[in-house]
Amino acid sequence: MPHSLTTRPLSRTNDFVVKFANVNGSGSASANGMFAKSILRMGVPVAARNIFPSNIQGLPTWYEVRISEAGHLGRRGGVDLMVAMNPQTWDRDVAEIEPGGYLFYDSTKPMPPSKFRPDITVIGVRLTQICNAAYTDPRQRQLMKNIIYVGALSALLDIDPAVLETLLGEQFKSKARLIAANIEALNLGRDYVRQNLEPIGLKVRHADKVGDRIYVDGNTAAGLGAVYGGATVCAWYPITPSTSVAEAFTDFCHDYRIDPETGKARYAIVQAEDEIASIGIVVGAGWNGARAFTCTSGPGVSLMQEFIGLSYFAEIPAVIIDVQRGGPSTGMPTRTQQADLISAAYASHGDTKHPMLFPQDPGESFEMAALAFDLADRLQTTIFLMLDLDIGMNDWLTAPFEWDDKRQLDRGKVMTYEELEAGKDFGRYLDVDGDGVPYRTYPGVHPSRGAYFTRGTSRNPYARYSEEGGVYVDNVQRLLRKFETAKSLIPSPVLKAASRASKTGVIYFGSTTPAMNEALEVLEAQGSGIDALRVRGFPFADQVYDFIAAHERVFVVEQNRDAQLRTLIVNEGGVDPAKLPSVLHFDGTPITARFIVSEIGRQLGVSARVSVKEATQ
Amino acid sequence: MTYIAKPRLHHPNLTPNALGFTRRDYEGAVSTLCAGCGHDSISAAVIQACFELDLAPHRIAKLSGIGCSSKTPDYFLGASHGFNSVHGRMPSVLTGANLANRDLLYLGVSGDGDSASIGFGQFAHSIRRGVNMTYIVENNGVYGLTKGQFSATSDRGSKSKKGVINHDTPIDLVSVALQLGATFVARSFSGDKAQLVPLVKAALRHRGAAFIDCLSPCIQFNNHAGSTKSFDYVREHNEAVNRLDVVTPRDPIHIDHEPGTTQVVTQHDGSVLALHKLGDHYDPSDRVGAMTYLAQKQALGEIVTGLLYVDPAAEDLHDALGTVDAPLNSLNTAELTPGAARLQALNASLR
Ligand SMILES: Cc1ncc(C[n+]2csc(CCOP(=O)(O)OP(=O)(O)O)c2C)c(N)n1
Ligand code: SF4
Ligand SMILES: [Mg+2]
Repeated sequence: MPHSLTTRPLSRTNDFVVKFANVNGSGSASANGMFAKSILRMGVPVAARNIFPSNIQGLPTWYEVRISEAGHLGRRGGVDLMVAMNPQTWDRDVAEIEPGGYLFYDSTKPMPPSKFRPDITVIGVRLTQICNAAYTDPRQRQLMKNIIYVGALSALLDIDPAVLETLLGEQFKSKARLIAANIEALNLGRDYVRQNLEPIGLKVRHADKVGDRIYVDGNTAAGLGAVYGGATVCAWYPITPSTSVAEAFTDFCHDYRIDPETGKARYAIVQAEDEIASIGIVVGAGWNGARAFTCTSGPGVSLMQEFIGLSYFAEIPAVIIDVQRGGPSTGMPTRTQQADLISAAYASHGDTKHPMLFPQDPGESFEMAALAFDLADRLQTTIFLMLDLDIGMNDWLTAPFEWDDKRQLDRGKVMTYEELEAGKDFGRYLDVDGDGVPYRTYPGVHPSRGAYFTRGTSRNPYARYSEEGGVYVDNVQRLLRKFETAKSLIPSPVLKAASRASKTGVIYFGSTTPAMNEALEVLEAQGSGIDALRVRGFPFADQVYDFIAAHERVFVVEQNRDAQLRTLIVNEGGVDPAKLPSVLHFDGTPITARFIVSEIGRQLGVSARVSVKEATQ
Repeated sequence: MTYIAKPRLHHPNLTPNALGFTRRDYEGAVSTLCAGCGHDSISAAVIQACFELDLAPHRIAKLSGIGCSSKTPDYFLGASHGFNSVHGRMPSVLTGANLANRDLLYLGVSGDGDSASIGFGQFAHSIRRGVNMTYIVENNGVYGLTKGQFSATSDRGSKSKKGVINHDTPIDLVSVALQLGATFVARSFSGDKAQLVPLVKAALRHRGAAFIDCLSPCIQFNNHAGSTKSFDYVREHNEAVNRLDVVTPRDPIHIDHEPGTTQVVTQHDGSVLALHKLGDHYDPSDRVGAMTYLAQKQALGEIVTGLLYVDPAAEDLHDALGTVDAPLNSLNTAELTPGAARLQALNASLR
């Protein structure tokens, strides 16, 4: 392409970012997904993220693919190749390209040069023209255009056509005609590039860096985890980005939970009338000894507040999978945030607090979903599994799912018929073992022993009516002891020490992890490596406070405006807030490694200057 | 207030039922409601119904929302697990409990505020789903526990104790239940034990959503002249369409069968309902007819009571969901957890 470049075109192999700018509802999602997966099948790690509107058709949507042989799975920041398929967002898409980067567009109607930048390479492919020549049906033109651009890109980037053909075969299974038609479309794109365009500097090359990892989204993983965790009752109300948790649970139950002899279901799934009913059903089922969960997002958690408090005080196991999004209800439902920490941790009225789990990726979403049901039963309270849209709705390269067949579901302290029959003392709210966790009975267990009347509070350790102040105080103090017990059951934090001793640390959690990992490497390479601690749940283990005590300053990196994790750390542990500077990212897109590096660098620099100034006074 | 142990002596009726339980075994803690409150009579009816049906008390789960009415499950069936849950949300808690263990009997107790105001949505949806339960609303037209505000079942023109006239249109829970597909619908009056006890028995024996709207005057806040939910008013306007006898499969079937006046309905579990017609020719198997009849009588200011509708072949939520026969809460690790081998295959499909 004869363009006067003011910057040398980028030249990178297995290490670049491609972003697709599309129109919602144009069928681009599956073509883009195939593009990402073809690179993965070539043994090169990818991380792909959808950035989409709250809308079914017509609004802009983006798909960003990070290709990284080095294995960086977070967002890097910046775009090396923009596939600009949406005229609406043209200007901002073009502006986002890195200097020396590439712009791919449909040049059937060529853009005037004023619409480009001098420092990028423009790749025009006459997509509409190719499509209109090959197809007459408008819907087919639309869909095949997507496949044609994938074909064109595969030729430009050296993606193995055999891999793409295999993927098409898998997608359309035995429909030979569809497979052939799609391969033909791929070739239309490939041929155009070979005949008309020069090679570019971005290349994909076969590698062996994917290993046995799987490629899956966190909601699917969490739904699967609920099956393995023994959940039998699911009640939910549709809300983005959590809906696909319930859908995955439903699908996996169909596959794995049908009684082979009778064909009947070993589960019950109810799409409730709202989130209040959802959590009510969960609490009722938990009270009655079934493992139950709901999945929702921030607005749903708001509606569930009263029941969450009841679960806390009446000590009823429940699991809430909160796939966080940008608030509020008319907020940014299709954008990601980690902004429900405080509303979940302290949900409800009265003195309440609730354990939370923070998975870093789909692999941990599976493990922690299964664990959540054990924890709920052991602690007899609500457990929050905190995903976010980034983990929940994007496909991630993650550790394969594993299960130990010897593992038994841990139903916690449940007094049996035999124990009651043998005359064992039963007080529903009695702290027999000193860990704050009482014994419970399932309704119907024994003809004359073990029944009790469930209320929030206003009852004594034997569940009999009492409004005595002392009885109330003893009870809620016991609940604090139980919360202490929870600390030992929450997965412990993960430490990543810098190569040289550092006085600076960083705390982070959840979907920030891959970008953080990359940022840590960059900081190391710059000679300013810092120690890092990944928090995996709430209440915080002592290691979190030991880590803070062992450092002069600890950054807390999170994806919300109000530094909610930091607030929890300060509030629960009595830490001097001045020791915990924040790095906050909350525009609704997943945090990038570049952002973390520059923020930490800036703050280190700023405070370095401050201390120099202080020294001269 | 502390728990008062009930004196165990001098109980009038200690004859055991077929299970060897005495009526005493169906009682609960001492009621803390106002003396004369209609709700206490309903508790007594529940006790008698369960005793006469020879139900094992521990196989019943009693759930309620919040209100004076919702406190009552503490005052009956002391050997049953009970759950005084959240205002207006008993239906969802009961639904969840029922899903967890289909083998227990579920008795939901609620108030008119609980079910027609804050919990109207949950009332409606639990009925729509056909949850297998007996759902009793102890209907006094006011919020008793918060001291006498109008509830959504207060009639238009009814006068509050403070002299305020209610302007809003009442919700008739019976009509709503019929419209939403409840498969057993009755109305009764706490002051008419002879009518209420058989209705509770039949409801407990019904498979599907059984709803009883039981008028239950609030002595404290809604029993004055000008109220349409007072004892006097309800007695004067009560129009019973039938009188019911319930015969369980265990009893020798022996029904006074007067042709043309008695209708016999056999429920799913074999219990037989003998409906003796009173007055009009009322057919409780005709849902649309029942709705029309209720609307006509309501316009005349009459309170229609009795068994208003029953579908003896009803299906419940478990039927719709196709759940296994064993209670879900009894399934073990092997039955619930698919195992490692399945994951290998799944992992392979995700690469
Ligand atoms: C969320 C919530 N709002 C308000 C209340 C206060 N409240 C307790 S009982 C009640 C009304 C109960 O009326 P009803 O169900 O008719 O029962 P009754 O006392 O008349 O038997 C109200 C408003 C509450 N407990 N919870
Ligand atoms: S206030 Fe009314 S409803 Fe409540 S206990 Fe007293 S009489 Fe019964
Ligand atoms: Mg009331």
